[in-house]
Amino acid sequence: MAVTEDRLFGKSIKRREDPRFITGRGNYVDDLKLPGMTYAAFVRSPHAHARIKGIDVSQAKAHPGVVAVFTGKDMTGVNSLPCGWDLRKEKNIPGVVQDLAMVPHMPLTSDVARHVGDPVAVVIADSQAAATDAAEKVSVSWEPIPAVTATDKAEKGPKIHDVPTGNVAFKWALGDAAATDAAFKTAGAVTVKKRIVNQRLVANAMEPRACVARYEDATGELTLWVTSQNPHVHRLLMCAFVLGIPEHKVRVIAPDVGGGFGSKIFLYNEEVVCSWASRRIKRPIRWTASRREAYMTDAHGRDHVTDAELALSKEGKILGLRVKTTANLGAYLSTFAPAVPTFLYGTLLNGVYAIGAIHVEVTGVFTNTTAVDAYRGAGRPEACYVLERMVDAGAAALKMDPAELRRKNFIPKFSGAFNTLVAVTYDSGDYAGALDKLMQVFDYKKFRAEQEAARKQGRLLGVGFSTYIEACSIAPSKVVGALGAGAGLYESGTVRVHPTGMVTVYTGSHSHGQGHETTFAQLVADDLGIPMEQVEVIHGDTGQIAFGMGTYGSRSASVGGTAIKMSLNKIKEKGKLIAAHLLEASPKDIEFVKGQFQVKGVPAKSVPFGAVSLTAYVPHNYPEGLEPGLDETSFYDPSNFCFPFGAHACVVEVEPETGKVTVVRYVAVDDVGNVINPMIVDGMVHGGIAQGVGQALWEGAVYDNDSGQLMTGSMMDYAMPKADMLPTYVTDRTVTPTPVNPLGVKGAGETGTIASTPAVVNAVVDALSGLGVDHIDAMPLTAERVWKTIQAAKAGK
Amino acid sequence: MKLPVKMTINGQSVSHEVEPRLLLVHYIRETVGLTGTHVGCDTSQCGACTIEMNGQAVKACTLFAVQANGATITTIEGLAKNGDLHPIQQGFWEKHGLQCGFCTPGMIMAAKQLLERYPKPSEEVIRHQLEGNLCRCTGYHNIVKAIEWAADKMAAK
Repeated sequence: MAVTEDRLFGKSIKRREDPRFITGRGNYVDDLKLPGMTYAAFVRSPHAHARIKGIDVSQAKAHPGVVAVFTGKDMTGVNSLPCGWDLRKEKNIPGVVQDLAMVPHMPLTSDVARHVGDPVAVVIADSQAAATDAAEKVSVSWEPIPAVTATDKAEKGPKIHDVPTGNVAFKWALGDAAATDAAFKTAGAVTVKKRIVNQRLVANAMEPRACVARYEDATGELTLWVTSQNPHVHRLLMCAFVLGIPEHKVRVIAPDVGGGFGSKIFLYNEEVVCSWASRRIKRPIRWTASRREAYMTDAHGRDHVTDAELALSKEGKILGLRVKTTANLGAYLSTFAPAVPTFLYGTLLNGVYAIGAIHVEVTGVFTNTTAVDAYRGAGRPEACYVLERMVDAGAAALKMDPAELRRKNFIPKFSGAFNTLVAVTYDSGDYAGALDKLMQVFDYKKFRAEQEAARKQGRLLGVGFSTYIEACSIAPSKVVGALGAGAGLYESGTVRVHPTGMVTVYTGSHSHGQGHETTFAQLVADDLGIPMEQVEVIHGDTGQIAFGMGTYGSRSASVGGTAIKMSLNKIKEKGKLIAAHLLEASPKDIEFVKGQFQVKGVPAKSVPFGAVSLTAYVPHNYPEGLEPGLDETSFYDPSNFCFPFGAHACVVEVEPETGKVTVVRYVAVDDVGNVINPMIVDGMVHGGIAQGVGQALWEGAVYDNDSGQLMTGSMMDYAMPKADMLPTYVTDRTVTPTPVNPLGVKGAGETGTIASTPAVVNAVVDALSGLGVDHIDAMPLTAERVWKTIQAAKAGK
Repeated sequence: MKLPVKMTINGQSVSHEVEPRLLLVHYIRETVGLTGTHVGCDTSQCGACTIEMNGQAVKACTLFAVQANGATITTIEGLAKNGDLHPIQQGFWEKHGLQCGFCTPGMIMAAKQLLERYPKPSEEVIRHQLEGNLCRCTGYHNIVKAIEWAADKMAAK
């Protein structure tokens, strides 16, 4: 599909959701007030690991204003929160070395608390203050037991679940071990081996998680307003797996949601408990996480410890990559946790390079920490970080320019299919093209001259590259089903044309900052040749939308958008039948041009879209046998993933005396296929870069391994990037449309996060390369860590 | 024990009996019902609750409602006049200075004070002055552009 000037597709159109947000009239879950509302406060474990000897709720129940207090023992008939991804040999899931231990995760634990913040009771009261006060009066008799939080100590740590495999949750491998061993034995091969720690992060969506559950006794209907990226998934998991209540009597609404970044995909304890409790007390219940609770309970991200080895020929061809990763899953299995360090990680280790052989082994481990699941990029940033760091380490070993080494190994330009060594097939790519564009924008030669001059003055400047790939448009249902997913990953889109020609679009995708109300309206108005003002987009409500798998994995435009496009095609096909009847022509002679149905090549013989829609609903003069109405629903299941790619460059300056790193310049060239709204895509790239830079330089969730306490449990302790810590970004793009979907769009939500972390770290290493530094094994690169690296290098260590 | 409070919010006089421990932000959101002012943290880091009180930008989570007795307050809902957006609101819309919208009310209220203090701010000044407000979506790039846009508009008036 060509993108031209006169089309709405491809235009930077201001967002239609903004007027409500800039005037303070958004509708977030915590803004909701219902008659008879009650408020919940959860009682949580202060210990990382402790047996529960007893819970005395009598004083809490007697507190003024308290409506009810429940513990796990009250929740009879309620099941574990489900893990929606299986890894078992008997299911023929590829790569399984040791079956996943499907450990239970009860909404309120009643035997053992397994991480700080694990909920054990809920207090419900007439006011939030009363609930919070009374929660203090719940007396839990704890018997603390030893805990383990560190990824590399988990296997030998105290056992967290009663399973025979101890704290090893699963073992998994992908690639060709023998071919990889052989590649490392190639005569003359240069090998590098590095420890690469990808630290634990917290998503930190600015809106904390929240829910309002309202059970209506008279009708038996339950409505749950929840901060969700995928309300239908929430409903299905909660009804079918946990509460055993009828799905059709439950409506889940995700209204305005203040950011997600993955953390609002999953089914959490609190929304299940509030839904269950509302049925018990027959009153609405509201719960909103404090930020402190968010740090303790929102699914965390990353947390890998990896040993990676790269074999290269003397000429710089990548012969082999061997990766061994331990992935920390936390205390429980979050909804999609097993997929993240396996199929979203190992399958991306081919990167944009033609590599001789690859083998990856992953061990998932339980620890006494918050559960780990998808956080923006989910597995792909970890893969990109390993590969891009190793490529730089390889370049250093060969004393070769890192950009040049990348160029030598790029997969040549293609469209259609490139089969990787790690089970996925890329859709289209021009990896050298992205780096060429980056070099034009960046002016590499000039930078190297500046760097040399700066070094002579004792200043440490460095540049880092990242030529990344990512998999999005998640995902072909059959493929993910064969890999262990408990769900299909299609999307639905309904186009409802009203009699007046106005259009309402119902999408299963959910916007929590992505601007779907604008981009999908652009897509529809462009396709139908009608003004955008005639199109309304509805999302986030199981009561209105056929079904939806939601928004994550950069899938909304490519999967959700294509479902809408399929419905538009059906609308136009039906419209042609109606128009042919009105024009007394054959349907095969009718074409749709700029909002009109016309006899091919004869604009004078035409009928406007609005006349056709009116006729569909007032079918007096109407084709024989055709159903009235103009309302179509489609489900799109992609035939493949889409693989965006690009090249990023980061320039840093390191203060030699303190180790402080400043990002001086950041240039991003991304290829996300066709772009519906460039302004929105650029905005997502900016935010993604900020999160990736945040990981490289400041962020990290830190546990004390002895006490198991979360040391970074507030925004005072967890280093969120601020405006004055970040630069202005330069963004540009190349456009390689995907052949996978008719829109040619790939996905743009995660590219910035995936690409930027290695670019920044590579830049810092480059800045220190004059001191003999070729690697720093852990992030974030705080001033302290960099200073220590400088001191060690100077001491010749 | 409850204490009486009276204040003017967005030109309207409001008075209630409140618990002394009630935070101003909860008074504004829950008691008065103006939910545009948000709560994003519990340690006064995020700035989503920023309002204007007696001409100064303050984080409404750092004050008790009773401390605001007698105050004149403007929240995000009171910024547009007669249906016309304030130039900062317009700037955020024009320059795509928001995505999820949750930090936006606080950002806009902080930006108002910023531009009162520095009518022609450099990028560096804008970034420094926003250090009390967190955004997770935009990487701040377009927030800076939005405030620059507003500064130009306000200077032209």
